[in-house]
Amino acid sequence: MATPLVELRNICIAFGGIKAVDDVSVDLYPGEVVGLLGHNGAGKSTLIKCLSGAYRMDSGEIRIDGRPVEINNPRDARALNIECIYQTLALADNLDAAANLFLGRELVTRFGFVDEARMEAETRRIMQRLNPNFRKFAAPVKALSGGQRQSVAIARAVYFNARILIMDEPTAALGPQETRMVAELIQELKRQGLGIFLIDHDIHAVKELCDRAAVMKNGQLVGVVRCADVSEDDLLGMIILGKMPEHLAV
Amino acid sequence: MSDTARPAAAPPRRGLLETLQIDTRLLGMIGAFVVLCLAFNLVTDGRFLTPRNVFNLTIQTVSVAIMATGMVFIIVTRHIDLSVGALLATCSAAMAVTQTIALPQMLGLPLGHPAIAPVSIVVGLAVGTLIGAIHGWMVGYLTIPAFIVTLGGLLVWRNVAWYLTSGQTIGPLDPTFQLFGGTNGTLGEFWSWVLAGLAVLAAAWAIFNGRRARQAHGFPVKPLWAEAALTAIIAAAILGFVATLNAYQIPANRLRQMFAARGEAMPEGYAAGFGLPISVLVLIVVAVVMTVIARKTRFGRYVFATGGNPDAAELSGINTRMLTVKVFALMGFLCALSAVVASARLTFHSNDIGTLDELRVIAAAVIGGTALAGGIGTIWGAILGALIMQSLQSGMAMVGVDAPLQNIVVGSVLVAAVLIDIIYRRRTGGR
Ligand SMILES: Nc1ncnc2c1ncn2[C@@H]1O[C@H](COP(=O)(O)OP(=O)(O)O)[C@@H](O)[C@H]1O
Ligand SMILES: [Mg+2]
Repeated sequence: MATPLVELRNICIAFGGIKAVDDVSVDLYPGEVVGLLGHNGAGKSTLIKCLSGAYRMDSGEIRIDGRPVEINNPRDARALNIECIYQTLALADNLDAAANLFLGRELVTRFGFVDEARMEAETRRIMQRLNPNFRKFAAPVKALSGGQRQSVAIARAVYFNARILIMDEPTAALGPQETRMVAELIQELKRQGLGIFLIDHDIHAVKELCDRAAVMKNGQLVGVVRCADVSEDDLLGMIILGKMPEHLAV
Repeated sequence: MSDTARPAAAPPRRGLLETLQIDTRLLGMIGAFVVLCLAFNLVTDGRFLTPRNVFNLTIQTVSVAIMATGMVFIIVTRHIDLSVGALLATCSAAMAVTQTIALPQMLGLPLGHPAIAPVSIVVGLAVGTLIGAIHGWMVGYLTIPAFIVTLGGLLVWRNVAWYLTSGQTIGPLDPTFQLFGGTNGTLGEFWSWVLAGLAVLAAAWAIFNGRRARQAHGFPVKPLWAEAALTAIIAAAILGFVATLNAYQIPANRLRQMFAARGEAMPEGYAAGFGLPISVLVLIVVAVVMTVIARKTRFGRYVFATGGNPDAAELSGINTRMLTVKVFALMGFLCALSAVVASARLTFHSNDIGTLDELRVIAAAVIGGTALAGGIGTIWGAILGALIMQSLQSGMAMVGVDAPLQNIVVGSVLVAAVLIDIIYRRRTGGR
């Protein structure tokens, strides 16, 4: 098989004695969607924050394209084309959509000033694709609905040609129609060859969208399964019991 | 707020203000300021809006206004700086000592030598920037709250200034240096008009250039008449302001001295207006540069983003610690610039220079609409805030209000202004 895009190996991170992530290893191939499942507090967000540079892991190794990499901060992650949509969205509420989309990577004019007109044009262009109903380009994102804010966060992650995309509960604040839009987007990005980590509470959605699912409990990895090999009940069992389903257990 | 109203759809009827896209908050503040001035003018039988008083009011505002622009960035990033008045004193002391003691005694340059003013100003700006950067480093990297760092700074720098000068008043300062003080350095009528003309052209260019850029991308723009009206209002304000400053006549005996200094006799019936003070020109340059920084540079973006959501800024790869250092260093630089203006206006350095300025500066920024919760504030707002504070103070003095009552009024206005702002923001849903 080809080299994985991402290899997370034996990742450990503790907060004041609590092992939030305890020796977890998962990998991700290009064009693959890997779902991360587990109860609240299982350590899903913490695990992917080690990859996105928000946290520094205590021990373990991250490899990209088979090469070990150092990710010490979000800038390092961005340089490796890793983009993350955080559970908390991480938008600056007082700025408009374009300012948020380009935050940290502003387009500038010849003279080094931020090019607002071009950034707004680019924002309108990508929004046309992601959320054609989006209109509030001049308003601070505070004034937007949950779905609109989410589309700004997603636009920010996909605009910059991410190779590795992390989505932490991207549909938590969305209605059914917007949730469907996100699902379609995930499928399109997958076709483009991105590797996607998807954290979601909806087992049904995970089974439908993901190629494989990794289940965590109390910071530890229960197992990684191919979604085709398991039923939704099997996944639920893994989350609750913390054990592999019997027909897959060795 | 549907910005991309499709051409086919009938345009919704909009109010005049909405069509003009004028910031109602700005309008409210200007309105309050105009009412304040007219009221004082009425009560003082027209003495408040004389060219002389307008001139004095402007030069009294400069020092606080310069610092207030820096305080906007500080407060927008959710910090505070209580040390600006003390920092101003240390910079002023450093510059006074440089020009009256260090340079004359160490390098043998007498007061009035052309190198004195530039060298001492550079020394002052360096001292201010460095101290500001140290504050920023303690806040950003050592994570000591800005309130504590700068409260300590207030005590430290106020008394470092004392040590530098042994608590003495130092003066008179270098004549070239004094040009930054206001009355002692003005552009004269001709150059003031030239500058006003250039300013009008620049404003018109900025407005129509912005319009062209939006049109080039096919974004909606304001109607042409609205842009033209806005340009006309700005032009009228600039020209009216300069006309007023030009109308303030230089007293005859002072003119005679100026001619005598050049070894000429003053022609009979000669008269000249002061025109734009250099200190006000400094403020205008600061205002323009700070506005450009706030709105057109990455640094400015990051200041506002960090204030709006520090975690988001950090996760977007912004080095928020370094940003804090830069914001405080900029504040220190502006304190030093204010120190030039303030000590030049006095023509000497005094031990109590800048006392209580931290409160005036914070009040100016807050009255000007800077939110202490962070993320919101404008440069023009802070300058207008400084102008409103100064107008209140000198208007009341002119009317003959007791000193204690003056402070009671100013304090109450500060609190009331913030309350009105909170109510306004609640009604308009933020912005
Ligand atoms: N910054 C932090 N400081 C302390 N504890 C944390 C921090 N972040 C996460 N944790 C803890 O780590 C554990 C895993 O949390 P998290 O990764 O958010 O879970 P999940 O995303 O799976 O719901 C929880 O017990 C949580 O309290
Ligand atoms: Mg989580």
